[in-house]
Amino acid sequence: MDQLLQFVFSGLTVGAVYALVALGFTLIYNASDVINFAQGEFVMLGGMVTVFAHAAGVPLPLAALLAVAVAVVTGLALHRLAIEPARGANAVTLIIITIGASILIRGLAQILFDKQFHRFPSFSGEDPISVLGASILPQSLWVLGGAAVIVAALWLFMERTLLGKAVRATAANRLAARLVGIDTALVLALAFGVSGAIGALAGILVTPITLTSVTVGTLLALKGFAAAMLGGIGNPVGAVAGGLVLGLLEALAAGFISSTYKDAVAFIVIIAVLFVMPQGLLGKRAVERV
Amino acid sequence: MQRRQLIGGLAGAALLALATPSLAQAPIRIGSVLSVTGPASFLGDPEARTLRLYIERINQAGGVLGRRLELVLYDDGGDANRARTFATRLVEDDRVIAVVGGTTTGTSMAMIPVFEEAKTPFISLAGGIEIIEPVKPFTFKTPHTDKMACEKIFEDLKRRGLTRVGLISGTGGFGASMRNQCLRVAGDFGVQIVADERYGPGDTDMTPQLTRIRNVAGGVQAVINADFGQGPAIVTRNFAQLNMGVPLYQSHGVASRSFIELAGAAAEGVRLPAAALLVAEQLPDNDPQKRVVMEYKQLFESTQNQPVSTFGGHAYDGLMILVEAIKRANSTDGTKIRDAIRATRGFIGTGGVVNMSATDHMGLDLSAFRMIEIRGGTWKLID
Repeated sequence: MDQLLQFVFSGLTVGAVYALVALGFTLIYNASDVINFAQGEFVMLGGMVTVFAHAAGVPLPLAALLAVAVAVVTGLALHRLAIEPARGANAVTLIIITIGASILIRGLAQILFDKQFHRFPSFSGEDPISVLGASILPQSLWVLGGAAVIVAALWLFMERTLLGKAVRATAANRLAARLVGIDTALVLALAFGVSGAIGALAGILVTPITLTSVTVGTLLALKGFAAAMLGGIGNPVGAVAGGLVLGLLEALAAGFISSTYKDAVAFIVIIAVLFVMPQGLLGKRAVERV
Repeated sequence: MQRRQLIGGLAGAALLALATPSLAQAPIRIGSVLSVTGPASFLGDPEARTLRLYIERINQAGGVLGRRLELVLYDDGGDANRARTFATRLVEDDRVIAVVGGTTTGTSMAMIPVFEEAKTPFISLAGGIEIIEPVKPFTFKTPHTDKMACEKIFEDLKRRGLTRVGLISGTGGFGASMRNQCLRVAGDFGVQIVADERYGPGDTDMTPQLTRIRNVAGGVQAVINADFGQGPAIVTRNFAQLNMGVPLYQSHGVASRSFIELAGAAAEGVRLPAAALLVAEQLPDNDPQKRVVMEYKQLFESTQNQPVSTFGGHAYDGLMILVEAIKRANSTDGTKIRDAIRATRGFIGTGGVVNMSATDHMGLDLSAFRMIEIRGGTWKLID
């Protein structure tokens, strides 16, 4: 029992990060049909900027704030300099542009920072908390709590604010949204900015546990994308569910089946799910009307 | 125009000749392919710095055989395919006489066929034993093998009377190779591997694997982690989180300051086999390696503004073994240099005392490894 609980804690912590990355994918996908493969770089920036600002003597909360700001600016710049000029292009071209952008961001970060792994202190100590025989790091609670707060804030923003409703309207039907006077370009820019912020927050929360370096973004983008697909691309609730499920699958596979094949197990399950439900766990079936 | 170039060239040569006697001759080209960027950059970066630093110093002191050394260095980013491409370029375009480097076992193994075919002596800086076993005519290496790391750890376990051991290893080249070696030699020391867990290169949480090790029927008395990079730091932190309550052994792959920084307080009490360089100041004065490691450490740290790591030391050893071999061979012919490298006896490097032979292309024995414990946030020599 304590064993199962330990695996669940481990899976949820890792899964919460996948969920936040998947959420970033979802936001931008909804606003533009683009899968932003630079999403993982936002996570990297969140961790790395905080590490270096903190090392330079900036207090941790301020360093974190700075990191979020850097990621937001990067997201906006990515939209303004790379996506906006290619606005007429189809989604595949835009996706390729985001892959290029992710390589550029990683390269610049490598020059600006360094190639080593880094971390900064946990927010509330390193002493593990014992829960029913399983032990959990206080920082894991921060990750889970932080992810919950981010998801709740995003939900409030989408449901309760005019701007959020504009985002949803754009996601539902871009042409119709434009016709009723919604500035869809602004909505897209907003999606990039918010995705940057979410990614950076994920990076800041998780760095004390997982460590960070300029290369962590690639794998996270891949896992986050898998999570978004699993949950049903375009569905924010699905993204969160997909992330948590993927994290749990990995941890449980490592714990109960074989640590050698845990990634394989996780991905086989995803393929099986998508085979039966091509639209993902919570995605809407895409219907082409003729 | 041609004449002006010639005069310019002569003037330049004359200027340089103030430092080095005969630069009229073509320089001796030494090749290198290192993982200066990418996941193994913390190995490749100090290696590249060391090669540049010492080649410059050798040239200031007059070069080798009266000729300057020229380093042709490529960065493979940790990618074995790129390493092989660069290896071909070194042989065919740059026409280097010998190669020092190949940061990881994976990149080294990819390059070996190229150098063997071209009969270019190759001194690898990677740990895996398959580089030199079976012996390949032109391939050598300077770092200790993973097999030696296993033996050194098992020796220590035996001394402490611990026999039931859990193994957790990365699936990367280094971790996989060391895992195999540990499984192979465990029996020789009466050690029983009762758990064998693995994790992927980008994994960020190893508590499931460690929980499995903890819950093995009959329990474990010690845990060995075979890997390098961020993985061992996370394992060490997870190990403390789960309060495993048994000794944790790491490999020589974590022998750099950054491991202690990343693992933090969790690193306390962790033991690992490592080269003498790591504890240079703590060596007794009569230790044969003391002078060499102190000199290297002081020069590296004063010029590079970063703490020395054993990985840069491997590059120092490789370069010096090669330079001495070229001097002894008095030639830049590949086969003659190879014979001279093979005849290396009593070379004192940062990694240990090297005695090569036709059957041993590394030349180190277990005495080259020191058992080290992390205490008070720093390395402590235990034997």
